[in-house]
Amino acid sequence: MKLWELSVKSAGELLKKREVTAAELCDAQYERIEAVDGGVKAFLSLCPERAHEKALAAQKCIDGGEAGPLCGIPMGIKDNICTSGISTTCASKMLEHFVPPYDATVFKKLEAAGSVMLGKCNMDEFAMGGSTETSYFKKTSNPWRLDRVPGGSSGGCAAAVASGEAFFALGSDTGGSIRQPSSFCGTVGLKPTYGSVSRFGLVAFASSLDQIGPITRTVADNAAVLNAICGVDPRDSTCADVSHPDYTALLGREIKGLRVAIPKEYLGEGLDAGVRDAVLRAAKQLESLGAVCEEVSLPATDYAVPAYYLISSAEASSNLARYDGVKYGFSAEGCKTLAQLMNRTRGEGFGREVKCRIMLGTYALSAGYYDAYYKKALRVRRVIKNGFDAVFEKYDLIIGPTAPTTAYPIGSKSADPVSMYLGDIFTVPVNIAGVPALSVNCGFNGDGMPIGLQFIGPAFSEAKLLQAAYAYEQSAGFSKMPVL
Amino acid sequence: MTSFETVVGLEIHAELATRTKIFCSCTTAFGGDPNTHCCPVCTGMPGVLPVLNQRVVEYAVRAGSAMNCEIAHFSKLDRKNYFYPDLPKAYQISQYDLPLCKGGWVEISSGKRIGITRIHIEEDAGKLIHDNVARRTYVDLNRCGVPLIEIVSEPDMRSADEVHEFIEKVRTILLYAGVSDCRMEEGSIRADVNVSVRPFGQSAFGTRTEMKNINSMRAIFRAVEGEAKRQSELISAGGRVTQQTRRWDDNRGASKAMRGKEEANDYRYFPEPDIVPIRLDDARIDEIRAQLPELPDARKIRYAQLGIAPADAQIITASRTLADYFEEAARLSGNAKEAAKWIVGEMMRQLKERSLEPEAIPFPASYLAQVITLCETGRVTTANAKNLFSLLFESGEEPAALVEKHGLAALDDDDALDAAVEEAVSRNPKSVEDFLAGKEKSFGFLMGQCMRSLKGKADPAVLREKLTQRLEALK
Repeated sequence: MKLWELSVKSAGELLKKREVTAAELCDAQYERIEAVDGGVKAFLSLCPERAHEKALAAQKCIDGGEAGPLCGIPMGIKDNICTSGISTTCASKMLEHFVPPYDATVFKKLEAAGSVMLGKCNMDEFAMGGSTETSYFKKTSNPWRLDRVPGGSSGGCAAAVASGEAFFALGSDTGGSIRQPSSFCGTVGLKPTYGSVSRFGLVAFASSLDQIGPITRTVADNAAVLNAICGVDPRDSTCADVSHPDYTALLGREIKGLRVAIPKEYLGEGLDAGVRDAVLRAAKQLESLGAVCEEVSLPATDYAVPAYYLISSAEASSNLARYDGVKYGFSAEGCKTLAQLMNRTRGEGFGREVKCRIMLGTYALSAGYYDAYYKKALRVRRVIKNGFDAVFEKYDLIIGPTAPTTAYPIGSKSADPVSMYLGDIFTVPVNIAGVPALSVNCGFNGDGMPIGLQFIGPAFSEAKLLQAAYAYEQSAGFSKMPVL
Repeated sequence: MTSFETVVGLEIHAELATRTKIFCSCTTAFGGDPNTHCCPVCTGMPGVLPVLNQRVVEYAVRAGSAMNCEIAHFSKLDRKNYFYPDLPKAYQISQYDLPLCKGGWVEISSGKRIGITRIHIEEDAGKLIHDNVARRTYVDLNRCGVPLIEIVSEPDMRSADEVHEFIEKVRTILLYAGVSDCRMEEGSIRADVNVSVRPFGQSAFGTRTEMKNINSMRAIFRAVEGEAKRQSELISAGGRVTQQTRRWDDNRGASKAMRGKEEANDYRYFPEPDIVPIRLDDARIDEIRAQLPELPDARKIRYAQLGIAPADAQIITASRTLADYFEEAARLSGNAKEAAKWIVGEMMRQLKERSLEPEAIPFPASYLAQVITLCETGRVTTANAKNLFSLLFESGEEPAALVEKHGLAALDDDDALDAAVEEAVSRNPKSVEDFLAGKEKSFGFLMGQCMRSLKGKADPAVLREKLTQRLEALK
């Protein structure tokens, strides 16, 4: 077995047994990147020298017997998570040369745990998109078929993990940006409960929806990374002051009697037959493990996508207003007036999709339209949240597809944003409700493309989500990696 | 010609005197080299988050309580979006529909209550520095994120004098509450002034104009008078006032239109998602309210009970420092009336002469109490006590030591007093004769002569006694 194929857990065991060093793991990753990233194009930047130093420091901890489960493990970080001294571009021309002087809390925690950052991963510009095609710099390919999109916006992260270019990665999920690319690339992606993980240092897209989470090859690895990044942060007041359990604790416990709901709205029109079959097979599999699956109804599912695009774009229009060419980032040259500087900087610095969202959000918040759009979207948000609450009164978890389709060919949906937006139908309700959800692979379609199964739970039920996903993963056993 | 009534409502912005900024731990200190009192949070760098300074909430609640407001159990922050280089996030975090405090009032001297619509918290913006020679503009973000409260009044004021008094009153209350330094020259308190006029007797309001960001009391006063006059003249000439924002140019003494209602900014307010709503229960509100000191109006009532004249109480309570000083001196000397007399008289005179604020009184209230006691016991004459008081401003020494050092003690030497009386009587036979003939005024002259030969060191009561006895003997 190649080093790059290992899970975080097994690599950690080899490190502890001194059968491999942190530096060797790090080198193996860069070799793998060298070999395949020309095709996958998962990374926007690499920091091999820094990584090597960190690997040596991690080795000292391992040698000193103080190493935790992530010590010495190489990782990728989405390029909207601030890394001090390392450019953080959000895959935008606007921040092409932006080097933050501070670390995101999650990055600080992972470095403190001894993880070694290999580089920053590609994404849709400012996390707006579902295919990583809106990146200003490059288009990432799906490791299972290079002519397919990896999903998005954390497409670089999912592709890097799926292709063996990183043991795990941190993505961000505003409307499905961790789960949908995980579905497309066959990785395990978790969007934690809003407030579980600090957002400090995550370049904001839609503040009330954004959440950072792990993308891994196994459920156990996902739990281990979540353990390292969760927890209250005095620098993020929306971060919940709750005590987090050890998320690996329930892994391996049986799920007999687990009450699982399948919303009929998640199996309706527009769903690929292959995806539908895989999800229903997964439900059977869970039943064979002792779970009880029943069909339920989730109201307002149809309104989730429009409500999501109004709320997220409204917040984005405000969050992205700071990029005006005055302080940092791209600044249009040769401007004669302030208005010209701001207009041209924003006109030239942002890509099409970002500008589209800014305009949509600005419109939704404008005097005279606020009640009809933004306020109404907030009402839908309430209805959706109540719908989840009602289901969770009777059920432990919800399952369904992560995305209505598998990964589609690059360029095939670029001209049709609405069909792209509709791909978010099963993921956005989760962000709107603030609850946790996880995507795990549940097989492959006829083209050999991975299919994602989504587990959704009530707020702060990550331990149970991971327990169920682990039980499913262990029994279903889709553990192959793409051939590159 | 119709005569018009002026109607004024104010939005007063006051900087809160917290040590750190509203959303980060940068200092709020005034001054400093440009862009040295800032960090990634107050400069709005990508990915950073604001964290609400709880002291800001506490101070605003104190201010609201002091102005008789209802304190919200649930309030939230909102984003006010607009582009300007001194606003690095391109939105100001403020409060829109759920302010921290609402529905209060402030009473002015006529007994009239000026309504307080609301008080909310928000962050200040930075400053632009224009270099007109190089035709360049620089941005200084030191002031970014300094906490402000905006106090919005009802349109209850009817003259520039009422406006002046209201602002002074608000200022006094904020100073008492210890929540703002209210230094106008540093821009720590400034006002947007809404003015309209209407014919006397009409109940409907006229169309108003708003003059933004006026930062001196004089300018506010002049702006109200000037704008009311402009509007009255406009209406009298058959014109109509248009609702607009105007800029008051205090040098020219006139306002100029900036933008009309149609061109008003659309701030696209929406709830700030980075900060959780502010929840305050009754216990917490009571706890903050309990931090409030006794306010000027309550003190005035108490001072009246001590026999202090209302006019004197007004002077003393205008400053919390002065009022606290008075109370300390009254307590230590056991003589509130004398303490008030000294503060209203000599203290105010000395402060004015030396251009000092009450905060700069160089000696403790216990020294004033000692001076009062020295007078009461006759150890120092009233005349010398004034000299002593003046000396207190110049040296750090205790009154007793100064009395010793400068020989200010009253004479308790009977022989010297007798000798002085004798000398005055023998040297001024004409005055003695006049007095014996019934001219009371001559007594004063003779007292003066005695005092002069004693260099003012005699206790006037004792001296008066001796002189009276001596003159009685001649009858």
